[in-house]
Amino acid sequence: MLWSDKRYRAVVTQILVVAGVFLFLSYLALNAVQNLEALGKTFGFDFLWAPSSYDINQTLIPYNSRDTHFRAAVVGMLNTVLVAVAGCIFATLLGFVLGVLRLSSNFLVNRLVYCYVEITRNVPVLLQILLWYGIIVTSLDIPRNAYNPTEGVFLSNRGFYLPRPVFEDGFSIVVIAFLVAVVGAVVFGRWAKKNQETTGQILPVLSIKIATILGLPLIAFFLAGMPASLELPELKGFNFQGGMVLKPEFSALWFALSIYTAAFIAEIVRAGIQSVSHGQTEASFALGVKPSWTMRLIIIPQALRVIVPPLTSQYLNLTKNSSLAIAIGYMDITATLGGITLNQTGKEMESMMILLAIYLTISLLISAFMNWYNRRIALVER
Amino acid sequence: MTDTTQAYEPGTHPDLPPPMATSGPIVWMKQNLFGSPLNIVLTLVTAYLLYMIVPGVLNWAIFDAVINAGSREECKAIGDGACWALPAVRFDQFLYGFYPDHLQWRINLLAVLFLLALVPVLWDNAPYRRQWFIYSLIFPVIMYFLLVGGLGLEPVETTKIGGFTLNVVIGVTGIVASLPLGILLALGRRSHMPIVRTLCVMFIEFIRGVPLITLLFVASTMLNYFLPPGTTFDLILRVLIMVTIFSSAYIAEVVRGGLQAIPKGQVEAADAMGLSYWQSMRLVVLPQALKISIPGIVNTFVGLFKDTTLVVIIGLTDVLGVGRAALSDAKWQGLPEEVYVFTAILFFVCCFSMARYSIYLEKKLHTGHKR
Repeated sequence: MLWSDKRYRAVVTQILVVAGVFLFLSYLALNAVQNLEALGKTFGFDFLWAPSSYDINQTLIPYNSRDTHFRAAVVGMLNTVLVAVAGCIFATLLGFVLGVLRLSSNFLVNRLVYCYVEITRNVPVLLQILLWYGIIVTSLDIPRNAYNPTEGVFLSNRGFYLPRPVFEDGFSIVVIAFLVAVVGAVVFGRWAKKNQETTGQILPVLSIKIATILGLPLIAFFLAGMPASLELPELKGFNFQGGMVLKPEFSALWFALSIYTAAFIAEIVRAGIQSVSHGQTEASFALGVKPSWTMRLIIIPQALRVIVPPLTSQYLNLTKNSSLAIAIGYMDITATLGGITLNQTGKEMESMMILLAIYLTISLLISAFMNWYNRRIALVER
Repeated sequence: MTDTTQAYEPGTHPDLPPPMATSGPIVWMKQNLFGSPLNIVLTLVTAYLLYMIVPGVLNWAIFDAVINAGSREECKAIGDGACWALPAVRFDQFLYGFYPDHLQWRINLLAVLFLLALVPVLWDNAPYRRQWFIYSLIFPVIMYFLLVGGLGLEPVETTKIGGFTLNVVIGVTGIVASLPLGILLALGRRSHMPIVRTLCVMFIEFIRGVPLITLLFVASTMLNYFLPPGTTFDLILRVLIMVTIFSSAYIAEVVRGGLQAIPKGQVEAADAMGLSYWQSMRLVVLPQALKISIPGIVNTFVGLFKDTTLVVIIGLTDVLGVGRAALSDAKWQGLPEEVYVFTAILFFVCCFSMARYSIYLEKKLHTGHKR
């Protein structure tokens, strides 16, 4: 019998699967065509170039309601990227600190971190976003009575007002000095490594690098006559003028996402450090390597291998969770393209297709970057 | 120089001082709180933080809180802490949504039946486990009839299902329905047939690459386009379909992890015994793989259960929807903390206990080396 041949069976099964999937998809497509016709709708992306006629409360690029739907979508996408990047950075910092504190031998500290982790990860993130937003909007006062912890910082229910740095003409020198310092630090690092390999001499590479990168721009800054200043927000009428503002929507989303994700990252970091066998530490001490070097040269490189893959999926989760912005009115890509644009134009199919494609692209980009980083730090075996 | 090796006649050695204490509260504090300068600083900082936070929170949540009041003004007049009167007054709505009052016994019964259905799944030494499993398998059918009516029970519109009940229903249906789908996808992803594998990978990565909220938008705005003209679909049903598809991709990845942990020798042995592919999967590989993926499945369920709150964005009144409705009531405006904290406690109790269960399982399954 031909059917008992495994190879033959595999080919037939696959042909059947392809045919089945194809039939299913064409059935869906046929239905879609019929339904669109019945509703008198056409399929096309022309709507992107029509005026959007809605406002967006926070924009990174100039935008007004006379601009196109396409520009509104771009504004939304930049807002998504902004909150995702800011969230990933804050969550990583907080998560690493908490993860290390969770391993502390100090009873109070590790219990407190444990409570933080369990409370934040067992409560839905949407709830946390709404709670933070509620706290900012109802508990903080109007700008006139804003809470003023230090000079130039005002916390009010219209947002957090902070001083804004203003760069004057000579500031490019500082930027150039910074770039030169970075290049110099990299070159020095290479040289120090080669030097160590040939002579065995160990230099304090990290402190020299940090000193260069921070010091050179600082010297340039003072030499150029301090070409930057801080612009403080001032109360004028009912609101603040000048300075930098973090809108309540952005702040609530940013805090909630970072605090939620940090709990997961803390657990990942803890598991990563614990995964390095205690024998490694003991062997390192037996060789006479001092504790700080043991941490830096033996434990962290091995722990990172365990930490990075799940960290990637946390970054992906944070980016995907940023779509919950729509619940509090932060205008990200879901709220502009998938929300107002979709409802105004009635182009459900097209808007959703673009939206899904954008999220897929962002996810794949983050995965690709983190996979590249993971390969760099992965164990090199012979 | 003192002679430490002085010889004593047996029985004449003077008593030595007692050894340093190795237990007791003072030693414990020395070891765990004040072991090193860094530890002392950490302890003091944490104690200060706790001193700043805990009394305030306790005062707000318990000592100054108000439970019996008719509106926000009354609350504020009685005490300046939390106004738990709002969740107390609307407690039924938070749990049952707008389900008719005289039929709420059906949901209570459902909760009891649900816990009974969980017993054979969670407790692997339960008596009559096999027979009991059959009940667990038909439980979704019972759930459907109890919720929606039919079979002699008074019918209830699905839009009336809401509150925490809706979250539980969506979560449980999603995870139960996605298990078989997820297992098939996981097997497909490890298949030797390139086309089947590619299709499964594409499906899984697509679903995992987009946020759940966009899939829910697809369900609420777009799904009708792909159905034969004239079919109308209940919104809750559409949401259930999407949630099932969504969680099946995540379940597939968990099960794939379990499959990867099974040594290749198991499949080869099954082949050598002359078992077909499905036989070897059903009898040899899957029982072992599923057992070790249960903690992962529980974690996926916790994640999915938390994500069921997203349905509020497409207009279903789950527990958050009820909360928001309560907040827009003129009598109760301006109490978001109370509503959200109350909801958070509901979720925390459920999710935390499930997470602990999954950790317990992991420990039971993990019999390797431990530090």
